[in-house]
Amino acid sequence: MATSEAALGRVGPAAAEAEHEGTYSGGLWSWLTTVDHKRIGILYFVTGFLFLLVAGIEGELIRLQLARPESRLLDPEFYNQLFTMHGTTMVFFAGMPLIVAAFNIVVPLQIGARDVAFPRLNAFSYWVFLFAGLFLYASFFFGGAPDGGWFAYTPLTSKQYSPGTGIDFYALALLLGGIGTIASAVNFLVTIINMRAPGVRLMRMPLFTWMTLVTSALILLAFPPLTVGLVFMLFDRMFGTLFYNAAAGADPLLWQHLFWVFGHPEVYILILPAFGIVSDVIPTFSKKPLFGYPVVVFSGVLIAFLGFGVWVHHMFATGLGPIVNAVFGGATMLIAIPTGVKIFNWIATMWGGSLRFHPAMLFAVGLVATFVVGGISGVMHSSPPADLQQTDTYFVVAHFHYVLIGGTVFGLFAGFYYWFSKVTGRLLHEGLGKWHFWLTFLALNVTFFPMHFSGLLGQPRRTFTYAEGLGLETYNLISTIGALIFIIAFVPLVANLVYAWRRGHPAGANPWDAATLEWTMSSPPPHYNFAVIPEVEARDPLWVRYERETSPGEEVGARPMLQPEHPPAPVHMPSPSFWPLVMSVGLLIATIGFLTGLAVSLIGAAVTLIGLFGWAFEPPEH
Amino acid sequence: MDIPTATGIPNRKLAMWTFIGSECMLFGSLIATYLIYKGRSLAGPYPEELLNIPFITVTTFVLLMSSLMMVLALSAVQRGDRRMAKVWLFMTPLFGLIFLTGQYIEFSHFVHEGLGLSRNLFSSTFFVLTGTHGAHVAGGVLWLGTLWSLAMTGRLSEKNTVSVEIAGLYWHFVDVVWIVLFTIIYLLQ
Repeated sequence: MATSEAALGRVGPAAAEAEHEGTYSGGLWSWLTTVDHKRIGILYFVTGFLFLLVAGIEGELIRLQLARPESRLLDPEFYNQLFTMHGTTMVFFAGMPLIVAAFNIVVPLQIGARDVAFPRLNAFSYWVFLFAGLFLYASFFFGGAPDGGWFAYTPLTSKQYSPGTGIDFYALALLLGGIGTIASAVNFLVTIINMRAPGVRLMRMPLFTWMTLVTSALILLAFPPLTVGLVFMLFDRMFGTLFYNAAAGADPLLWQHLFWVFGHPEVYILILPAFGIVSDVIPTFSKKPLFGYPVVVFSGVLIAFLGFGVWVHHMFATGLGPIVNAVFGGATMLIAIPTGVKIFNWIATMWGGSLRFHPAMLFAVGLVATFVVGGISGVMHSSPPADLQQTDTYFVVAHFHYVLIGGTVFGLFAGFYYWFSKVTGRLLHEGLGKWHFWLTFLALNVTFFPMHFSGLLGQPRRTFTYAEGLGLETYNLISTIGALIFIIAFVPLVANLVYAWRRGHPAGANPWDAATLEWTMSSPPPHYNFAVIPEVEARDPLWVRYERETSPGEEVGARPMLQPEHPPAPVHMPSPSFWPLVMSVGLLIATIGFLTGLAVSLIGAAVTLIGLFGWAFEPPEH
Repeated sequence: MDIPTATGIPNRKLAMWTFIGSECMLFGSLIATYLIYKGRSLAGPYPEELLNIPFITVTTFVLLMSSLMMVLALSAVQRGDRRMAKVWLFMTPLFGLIFLTGQYIEFSHFVHEGLGLSRNLFSSTFFVLTGTHGAHVAGGVLWLGTLWSLAMTGRLSEKNTVSVEIAGLYWHFVDVVWIVLFTIIYLLQ
């Protein structure tokens, strides 16, 4: 199995120059067969962003329905599909792919590698994710989307209570997508452990790479329990097994355990990369090295470790008993410690620095502020008695939107404004970026802050309307107005993309005078990334080198790009391959077969095997 | 074929170790489910009426011997002994196939005795757990069979040691899982 691609098309200096001009150009076929981590990162970003928009529209529809009491704008069945698809899409098909987009674009550049360890496996992960997302959305056209909530509790999702195919689409889409996600985790673990350039020791890696490593480990270990839970669910529905069937003596809570053993680490899968981005952005725009680097690293590792021991706090209301609840409540409170440590480290990094409020910095500081709000409401319902009041109300909805938008989305936008110019070579408009930040910040608080109150007043989640005269009208109306501000907030973002495309200024190698390796080569990077594999001697390699080589007070722009423009020796890069696409199509067909018949599944399995063998026996050079 | 790495461990080998970590969680979840539902079936036939320990002990022995042959196969490839590499790369998946045949006989016997997939909690957990393991064995047989066909056509030399080594890692892992399953299903009734 030749999965480790080293060798392959030889490129001399002249050819490399031609390639450099067209890092992202080339026809459709070149995108379908690409194994370049930067291109795959762009594919992940664009696809994830489109899913973000779709799930955002679903959220807007939910808010429109809840704007007034007793509203009949949407019918209840459709409303159930909307909140299920909103949550499922945001977590699996917007949040995670946008994070993996950042892994792809940034990690090889930050560790001094020319690509990931397994470039074809990387392409395979993307195609499987894309097909899983499209498969999930096909459910709207074949009998209705899943409507059991993103955590799909049994027995509601059993065949008896959900006789349609929606839940089957849900389980199959997540199983299919999970294959690509686990493949990504293996790929990035091996890439970070094995592909580091000389001198990039673990304790010199930028924080984003560190958090990618930790997140990959979380994915690797958290997705299998979800896989098992989904297989049980699917087998119960399709082949009559009894895993969640109380009448046969089974315990339907088994699903909740399997789901949340995955689901709680999933929360950290979504937030730790954002913490990593912020830990890279804040030092750059404070002109100070990260305060307490080892403590920030180990806090991240500790959060991940503790994250596997707190899943029952999602199940306090299921009656597992006071001792279980107390233990898991205590463990949950413990997580606040490493998280708080990180917050103080970011503040200490900014303290006394020469701050520059670039949009990336605004989003990073915005994360520090809003994540604290969501974090504190999280500590509130880590206490079981408080949680029993708050669980399944809008208080919880407020909490997790503060951490997911104020944390994950803010972190991702910080990364977007930070690395956009590296990927495209163009600078974004800073004024538009600031408008985007302030409007998003306003929308977040206007939408979700009132939900703390409507939740404490007892408004339940996932209920398509509420009665008049319960004191909920004003809070819900304000929330809906906030949701509409999110739409306005997208205008400066889109305008900024158009601006950068039409007349964005060239970015140069290192527009922010940042300290890490991805800023040593031209923007966009040549397809081989590093003309010369760098040797790193310190934690903030560029700052250390600039300090040695340039005189004080010198203009940033005058500082040299540290990578030569042409590789001095031929660079070997992996060749494009269409086998990952073939194999993903095979898996998609096999998945469809679960709904249409065994013959289709067998065809899919055959195509998958053809793809696998084509892949394994692809000649290294062609 | 493998590029130099920061740790000195070939990428593919490290990937196999990480993948095995993930597989531990997969089998861990399945085994936990089996143990939670143990003895909670409301309808017969019950496991103690059906499980045939002597028969499964034989197939277990066969599977463990296949691990020994895997070691011999790797050693032959490392030495550059092409003749013995062909022999052991044939015997390893063959013994895997014998194990799978035993599993097929056991499954059909159970179904014949009225223990279908949806009969009781024992049948659901037993078939899905051992079936998942069987699917892993089948994947390993396909993989090792491919390596054997490469050896037969002279395309497998000591340069491919890592290819055989990671197949071996996988194969030994699947065997270790079976030792656990054999213990918790058959020995600790």
